[in-house]
Amino acid sequence: MRNPLRSESEAFRFLLVVIVGALVIVGGAFLNTWLGVVAAVLVVAGIVWWLMQEAVPGVVEPVHKVDPSTPPGGTRILVVAMPGTSSVTVAADATEIVVTVPALASKLEAATGAVDDRRADAEQTALALTRRLSRPGVSVRGEVGADDPWLATEDALRTFGADAIVVAGDADVAEQIRGRVTVPVTLA
Amino acid sequence: MAAHAEQLDHGVHEHPPEPHYSSRISPSILGMFLFIGSEIMLFGAFFTAYFFVRVVAGTAWPTPPFHLPVFVALINTCILVTSSFTMHWALQSIKRGNVFGLRAGLLLTFLMGLTFLVTQGREYSRVGFAPKDGAFATIFYCLTGLHGAHVFVGLSILLFMTIRAFRGHFSPEHHHGVEIGGIYWHFVDVMWIVVYLTVYIL
Repeated sequence: MRNPLRSESEAFRFLLVVIVGALVIVGGAFLNTWLGVVAAVLVVAGIVWWLMQEAVPGVVEPVHKVDPSTPPGGTRILVVAMPGTSSVTVAADATEIVVTVPALASKLEAATGAVDDRRADAEQTALALTRRLSRPGVSVRGEVGADDPWLATEDALRTFGADAIVVAGDADVAEQIRGRVTVPVTLA
Repeated sequence: MAAHAEQLDHGVHEHPPEPHYSSRISPSILGMFLFIGSEIMLFGAFFTAYFFVRVVAGTAWPTPPFHLPVFVALINTCILVTSSFTMHWALQSIKRGNVFGLRAGLLLTFLMGLTFLVTQGREYSRVGFAPKDGAFATIFYCLTGLHGAHVFVGLSILLFMTIRAFRGHFSPEHHHGVEIGGIYWHFVDVMWIVVYLTVYIL
């Protein structure tokens, strides 16, 4: 869907569309007021349809591949696990692990802010996986992420430079993340 | 002070940690969304009143013997729409490093916006009815006046943008202020077209 307020260029393009629609309405109203009203209804429907279309290629920001900065020494693993995941396997040489579990919510739940239960589910999963991955010499931390797996991953990478990412529970998510980061992504 | 200077010499800058927020949408754009969303609701309330007065109550539009200055409003519409083109030109200019284009574009946009507002004020003084002269007059003044208030806000933003442009605050890399102001100005233009069509044409 187009976002006419994404940028000045998009807003200007939207204005041009509105001007064209206005000219159609004025032309219809010049002949007959009711014809103008019909034209207005059609124009509004047309503009809504136009807004529902995909944005012009190049207007939407290109996907930037995230390149986490990793400190020397040790291996840092980011685990992205879907709620309900009971186990996950990470490389034996991992020295630092962060488990992020996106608080997946339906559109209705997200829109109404009724995400407490979803966050509680995600927290339980994160806690369980953190306990399971804990072992001597390995720092393990769990956190609840955003309601979108990629956003949760990106947010986690802002504060945790990972050498590799392990995705548990969803092949599509693994594929999505693989296309957006420069580090190896594996599906557990 | 000496310690501070030493830090700067070594390229170490003390600052608060970077804000951590979800990257779905930047805070500035989200703020603009919320602002314009509230604006749409505000205008929506007045348009609801307009449709009630005109369609449900069946009030004549305009109520005889009054007439709306359609031609003057058309000229004013052309002026305001043209100002969006100069606004767009200004932003495209600074993106290409053309400072003159930015300054000229912003100045022209400001002058045309001011012309629109002054013309609307003149129209009010000559239209021949006051807000107290019935529901028709009240809605007319409310809708056009509400939009006029937004043009005034837009002009204030434009004034600061123009001053900043003449002081050299914008560059091809840093022109976010012009971008945000431009979005607002185009929004004001779109709203005027809607107001013009409903109040003067249909």
